[in-house]
Amino acid sequence: MRQIRATPLGWVIWAVVVFFFVNLAGVVLSVLVSSFGTKWFDTWFPSGFTTQWYGDAWREFTLFHVIVVTLLVSALVVVLSVLVGAPAAYVLARKNFPGKRLVYLTFLLPILMPPITYGIPLATVLYKFGFAGHLSGVVLANLVPSVPFVILTMTPFIEQVDPRIEDAARMLGAGTRAVFLKILAPLLVPGLLASAILVLVRTVGMFELTFLTAGPDSQTLVVALYYSMSAAGIRAQQSVDAMAVIYTGMMLVLLVVALRFVNPTQLVARVKEEPSE
Amino acid sequence: MSATWQHRLAERGVDRRLWLLLPATIFVLLLFVYPFLYGLSLSFQPTDGGGVLANYSKFFSDAYQRDTIATTLKIALPAALLNVLAAVPIAFRLRGRFRGKRLLTTILVVPITLGTVLTAQGLLNYLGPTGWLNRLLLSLHIVDDPIRLTNNYWGVFFSLVITGFPFAFLLVLSYLSGIDPTLERAAATLGASRAQRFRRITLPLLAPGLATTFLLTFVLAFSVFPSAVLVGNPAGSTRVISLAAYQAAYEQYDYSYASAIAMVMGAVELVVVAIVLVWRSRLYTGSTGGKG
Repeated sequence: MRQIRATPLGWVIWAVVVFFFVNLAGVVLSVLVSSFGTKWFDTWFPSGFTTQWYGDAWREFTLFHVIVVTLLVSALVVVLSVLVGAPAAYVLARKNFPGKRLVYLTFLLPILMPPITYGIPLATVLYKFGFAGHLSGVVLANLVPSVPFVILTMTPFIEQVDPRIEDAARMLGAGTRAVFLKILAPLLVPGLLASAILVLVRTVGMFELTFLTAGPDSQTLVVALYYSMSAAGIRAQQSVDAMAVIYTGMMLVLLVVALRFVNPTQLVARVKEEPSE
Repeated sequence: MSATWQHRLAERGVDRRLWLLLPATIFVLLLFVYPFLYGLSLSFQPTDGGGVLANYSKFFSDAYQRDTIATTLKIALPAALLNVLAAVPIAFRLRGRFRGKRLLTTILVVPITLGTVLTAQGLLNYLGPTGWLNRLLLSLHIVDDPIRLTNNYWGVFFSLVITGFPFAFLLVLSYLSGIDPTLERAAATLGASRAQRFRRITLPLLAPGLATTFLLTFVLAFSVFPSAVLVGNPAGSTRVISLAAYQAAYEQYDYSYASAIAMVMGAVELVVVAIVLVWRSRLYTGSTGGKG
């Protein structure tokens, strides 16, 4: 435990941090207050409070359907990306082989490129084969950054498992299947949970790829929110705010769950737990 | 004969376990490499005829389209730079352990997970002409008329800072905690002042990590799309290149032209990435953490 010393520079830095948080709170709270307000016109606060906008948003934007789609897409993406990504992470963590750097770079590229750049050609291909506009297209598009993400998150977890444990199991007569199911899988549960929850958070929040491939029946919550915002004027501003609050609530629940399994920095990149002093 | 072959391959690391790589490889080839190459070849087959490069010459000869590159860079580069530069002193202050650190980092993760769409909605409410910020400034008589902060350049810029700064901060913080603290203590023992320790020890070790952070923040800012439409001025000062690509594909249904714009976008981004990576490769990347 270390005290933060109060030097002049220190005060400036704290002021900047506080300024950032105050404005952040303003951004989030203004949506929250507006979603509960009756009329809000050129005053500090709405003239009255109501919950009617939530009912309106729920009906007008068919939110039940949208939330079901969101959960279904996210669940499918999580399961598929872990099934495809985890074995690849195992090979990349354990073995050296010719062309490993090339393979690794190919897996890394989808994360380094902005989603729109590969999203437009990808959507074109998915339309050509009839996937886009349906749930399957949305899932396929979202898998593109998710599989590499699972590989990146899982690799350090696999590196931590001592290879001699596997060798010992093989000596005692375990086949490859048994090694994976009885030895590796239980030891990798924390890694699997971490990568699954990270992919879940990213998929629920993924706008661009879902936006490019979704049809009217396969929109996720964030895309539906975008459409309701860009068609502003047709519906009451407050019901858009209510929808935004529902989306925020969903993300916050996911976040609270996620932070039980991973540390905050892992949400942005693959970073090892900081060494304890 | 075949047994020796297998043996020699196994010595180089090629054995049956490599099959585990197959699903992921097929997947990347089918859903990333193939669409990318398909888009590339499509971009050379213009819908309206004309030469192989017709789409590209159409893009670069039309000022309305060509300027989207400059517009995007004008938003993305300053935003990414500000996020990284602001993150360094704050992360430097807050490294190590103190009460409430987990709470602070948790709050910082919130805007990243909220995403640009929600941030845009909040910015419209908060910074709008009758929003809280303008009301405060008006009632304190700091300004006489509401300042315009939405539906222009600044709206998009703020949205990129709100989502990008926490991202940069958390990365810089993790790189800083990767630097061995004994190095700084050794320098202090040898009489280096705080400023000297930062400039001669910490900063050189941190620089590669900063380059990586800048790159990731830049990639985020470069593909700005929802906020450019919602809090920006999508017909003018914030008509970014991703918007041009989107309009070509989904408003004009010219996938060939849209692919060409997407390729230009990827190329511009890769040029910036390459410049930063070349600069980064000239920095020290030793064994003591802090590197990307």
